[in-house]
Amino acid sequence: MNGIHDMGGMHGMGPIEVREDERPFHADWEARAWGLIRAIGPFGSTRRRNFRYEHEILPPAQYLQMQYYERFIKVLVDRLLEAKVLTQAELNSGRADPASPRVTPRVTPANIAEQLARRRSLRRDDVRIRSKFKVGQRVRARNINPIGHTRLPRYMRGHLGTIVSDHGVFDFQDTDAQGYTLPDRPQHVYTVSFTARELWGDAANPRDTMHAELWEEYLENT
Amino acid sequence: MLRQYLRRTLFMSNAADKPVGRRGFLRRAAAGAAGIVATPQITSANPANQAAQDPGHQTIPSDVALRVKALESILVEKGMVDPATIDAVIETYESKIGPRNGARVIARAWVDPAYRKRLLADGTAAIAELGYGGSQGEHMVVVENTPTVHNLVVCTLCSCYPWPVLGLPPTWYKSAPYRSRVVIDPRGVLREFGVALGDDVQVRVWDSTAEIRYLVLPERPLGTEGMNEEQLANLVTRNAMVGVAKVSRTRGASA
Repeated sequence: MNGIHDMGGMHGMGPIEVREDERPFHADWEARAWGLIRAIGPFGSTRRRNFRYEHEILPPAQYLQMQYYERFIKVLVDRLLEAKVLTQAELNSGRADPASPRVTPRVTPANIAEQLARRRSLRRDDVRIRSKFKVGQRVRARNINPIGHTRLPRYMRGHLGTIVSDHGVFDFQDTDAQGYTLPDRPQHVYTVSFTARELWGDAANPRDTMHAELWEEYLENT
Repeated sequence: MLRQYLRRTLFMSNAADKPVGRRGFLRRAAAGAAGIVATPQITSANPANQAAQDPGHQTIPSDVALRVKALESILVEKGMVDPATIDAVIETYESKIGPRNGARVIARAWVDPAYRKRLLADGTAAIAELGYGGSQGEHMVVVENTPTVHNLVVCTLCSCYPWPVLGLPPTWYKSAPYRSRVVIDPRGVLREFGVALGDDVQVRVWDSTAEIRYLVLPERPLGTEGMNEEQLANLVTRNAMVGVAKVSRTRGASA
């Protein structure tokens, strides 16, 4: 979707604020929020919406104003409500409904290390598909404007680039308008380079380049 | 007016333990409270417009900490979460998974040409040799800075970052100013970070749009020939491995 999250190339976002004492967490609640998200494990339906899409559909002003961990918590709460394992009344009171079922945590101090170390690769080494494009080939990023989740940034759409590398076959991540991943569509993912001048015009530095990894169906022949 | 308003309040709220403007607090409280109640609606009223009408005459503490606390206690009561597991996650990201890991990879590449070659050819496998890997490091690509090439990493669409080697991303990396500007004005961003590049240097920006995560292999500073691997690792900063800094012979790894 053409949302606020797709902000590459936008102006007016202000100066970059760098803290001298960068730590993983700057407040206790940030640490607890992150820990909670990693510690909760699976719940509710297995038909899960795309986590990133759920951030992207936040109203733009809210998206910009919320902190990273705050957005995570917001999406987690929405999911818990939707899965009906949490109610609005419980959130309002801060207490679990005494009548609600009690379960045993799936993620424990004993298995959390294994959970955190687990690889979650989308690469499909089991699928053999011939690549449509070759390294060095000129391609154009398609001008598409899907309403669901997509990984083709706006600033690259319609522009000419060059295939730099082929990373093999990966599961496609684009979703429908509800945020559910599109049906099985594994395809090659390429790193594509674009010159700064192609993307931003003649005022850009003639040497500089921008790269992204793009699924094959984002690309077309020139 | 909206933009002015956002500029005044928004970026101050990046740091949780820094005072946020009065209007920022009000706005956060308003949007936050609404946030936990309502499922996001694309068509909902613009919260910034509502907040702009707030008189802002008093200071209200940010409620996000309270909301997180309440959520944790509800989920613990239900048995969905063990607080000890949360502690273990925090402990892991505060002391085990962080930029020290990446610094060891870089130092090894500086002292061992064969390792450097493997690292550039297959980042994931070479990083795994040092014992690092897992979530958000499944497909690593290492890009090398040279006297004529400077690499810079971003995720414009969210905040993707190579956790196993760099830990959780710093606030600035996740911020709208960095994500929006680094692709259109990389040299301006680098200047802001104190890195001035000549016109003979090519800047390559890597936008982590899919499943590849990037680590920058910075240039080894001159005058470090006598240093051992551990001493070299102490020079390597997080910012240098994202590409917004160079490694200095004298500066310690504070970031």
